[in-house]
Amino acid sequence: MMILLLIIGMGCVTFLLRLSFISVAGKTSMPQWLQRCLQFVPIAVLMAIIVPDLIYQQHRYQLLNNNERLIAGLVAALVAWKTNNVLLTIGTGMGLLWLLQSL
Amino acid sequence: MHSISATFRAGIRAFLPIAVGIIPFALISGIAAMSVGLSIPQAIAMSMIVFAGSAQLVAMQLLAEHTPMLLIILTTVIINLRFVMYSASLADHFAQLKQRWKWLSAYLLTDQAYALAISLYQRKPHMHYKPWFYLGAAISMWITWQIGAVVGMLVGQQFPASWQLDFTIPLTFIALAMPAIKNRRLAAVALCAAIMAGATVMLPYKLGLVLSVLAGVGLGLYLEGRQA
Repeated sequence: MMILLLIIGMGCVTFLLRLSFISVAGKTSMPQWLQRCLQFVPIAVLMAIIVPDLIYQQHRYQLLNNNERLIAGLVAALVAWKTNNVLLTIGTGMGLLWLLQSL
Repeated sequence: MHSISATFRAGIRAFLPIAVGIIPFALISGIAAMSVGLSIPQAIAMSMIVFAGSAQLVAMQLLAEHTPMLLIILTTVIINLRFVMYSASLADHFAQLKQRWKWLSAYLLTDQAYALAISLYQRKPHMHYKPWFYLGAAISMWITWQIGAVVGMLVGQQFPASWQLDFTIPLTFIALAMPAIKNRRLAAVALCAAIMAGATVMLPYKLGLVLSVLAGVGLGLYLEGRQA
């Protein structure tokens, strides 16, 4: 029940963000300050999601020497930067993780 | 593209090549839903009602940590703020639509549908039936996503935990992030958010996510202000 309520809440806020300026099309446009703030949001959000997954495991910081995920993630980032290819990035990261853990 | 249906079909055709990148992401969202213990009906409801991959993946991680509901919704708002930007950018092109079609267009708004539509509108600013190209691409995206997610839910229960398929989540985000760093200012914002996220990782309920986004945006505005 709580889960369903959560899903509906998430759905409502997401829909309102999407509808925002489309609903008032032609009547008003986005203020300049909002436009300036929003340009930096996507990249900041992505980094804030990625970094904790790579450096913090089992409730503590894990550095390069015993952190396969960090190594695999850094190599995957290099692949993403060079190739711009989603599948190749995921494939390299997973492959490297499995390889390092089997060593 | 001289009719509504021809324009709609052009939207579908434009989507097909990028479906290759969508399918693994959709599969992963289904697999992740199973790995945090959602039932299949709950996972389908989330996929249909929220229909926003990144936010869903983060919400599932937060659910696994028993985060309070309001905080999950706040995090959803932060992750999906970019839709306001897309909405503003598409608004003028959709001005002629009836209200109910605007609602449908809004529900279907994703990074991919936006990117396809806006790049065509920039190349052909005077084309007719603009919204129908978007709707063709966006509806194809929706169908692909839902099928991929359900397949992910069905196969997600078969994989042993030792495969660590949850690692595909940060990998997907890495694949999205790197191409988004288009200039030095964005690189500085990315670095700032990354350091802040690393420093605040101990805070409960991913509060660090909110702080990191604020820090990144703050730095971006400061750098832009200094240059102007």
